[in-house]
Amino acid sequence: MSFIPDIQAFCCHYTSQQSCAENHGGLQEDGFPENITINRLSCSGMIKVSALLQAFENGADGVYVAGCPKDECHNIMGSQRAAKKVAAVKKALAELDVEPERIEMYHLERGLSPQFIAAGQEMEARIKELGPSPFKGEKK
Amino acid sequence: MIVAKRKPIAEIVEMVKDFDRVLVLGCRGCVSVCSAGGEREVEILASLLRLGCRKAGKKLQTVTGTLVRQCDKEYIDELDEWDGQYDAVVSMACGVGVNFIANLRSMVRVYPGVNTTFMGGSMEQGVWTEQCAGCGNCVLHLTGGLCPVARCAKSLMNGPCGGSVNGHCEINKDVPCIWQEIHDRLGRLNRQDELLSIAPIRDWSTAGHGGPRTSLRDDLTI
Ligand code: SF4
Ligand code: SF4
Repeated sequence: MSFIPDIQAFCCHYTSQQSCAENHGGLQEDGFPENITINRLSCSGMIKVSALLQAFENGADGVYVAGCPKDECHNIMGSQRAAKKVAAVKKALAELDVEPERIEMYHLERGLSPQFIAAGQEMEARIKELGPSPFKGEKK
Repeated sequence: MIVAKRKPIAEIVEMVKDFDRVLVLGCRGCVSVCSAGGEREVEILASLLRLGCRKAGKKLQTVTGTLVRQCDKEYIDELDEWDGQYDAVVSMACGVGVNFIANLRSMVRVYPGVNTTFMGGSMEQGVWTEQCAGCGNCVLHLTGGLCPVARCAKSLMNGPCGGSVNGHCEINKDVPCIWQEIHDRLGRLNRQDELLSIAPIRDWSTAGHGGPRTSLRDDLTI
């Protein structure tokens, strides 16, 4: 059976998440992978490192955070903070000899944007290529 | 404060790989302030240890807690709260905390979760620098408050070495030459004449060169 990755996306309300709010049903019609679970945050900067790790503990094969463009965050530094937390998890994954690419930060335009779909598709392709999370104890 | 940094995860996973239940124990003192071993870091380390063990094909149970300090006997006593719930402790306090657990709980297996690095402070968010080496015979009254023991790469006592260039230390141009700073500062304070007196050869016996140090205060002992 082909591998369908469990991907957890943490998206901020002001930007990427608006895509879903405005176009919930249409998102998948536009090509957004249905195996990506969107977790809504009021600001990407609110995400905790422990929550990102918890996602892996809960069985995610890949995780990503989507926030505003670096210099245009609704909350000024929120998406930059999120990027640093993602970088910290990347480093920790590398220390555990797990592909750091399993987690990513995306800085996306606000509102309904094709970039939001593209980010999901990119992550889906990437994780399919990497195979199941080594934390699940399964082989590729 | 005492500054510390989490050890690489793989190193800690290796320490605990033979245990089924680990207590990850933080400290609310210095290591919380320098974001190395407070409550938040305990949560993160516990998660990383579970993930690391799971990757190695083993299930690890973690219990988490954070003591007010790990460098005081009465707080170590709080460890008893978790009796029977763990096989080993990973302490995220500085080395003092790990030593205290080992001193006071003869049968508890305790492992360090952080590398204790130095006594220092943070002048800019996320960056800590060493400021004092605990030499036991402070000379800051002679040097305008800037420490030549901890902050000069050679711990010189009578001015800069020949490698000081444009205010930078010869070991690395990102390191300021503290002797240049001492000169500049004493100059600004109109104390430059003091630099002409020669500091005698130092007695380093107070600096730990005579073995572990003890500080005794008769007025406080019972
Ligand atoms: S154990 Fe170490 S980190 Fe904790 S309060 Fe004492 S000195 Fe500070
Ligand atoms: S002279 Fe000694 S005690 Fe004083 S700041 Fe420097 S290392 Fe610390």
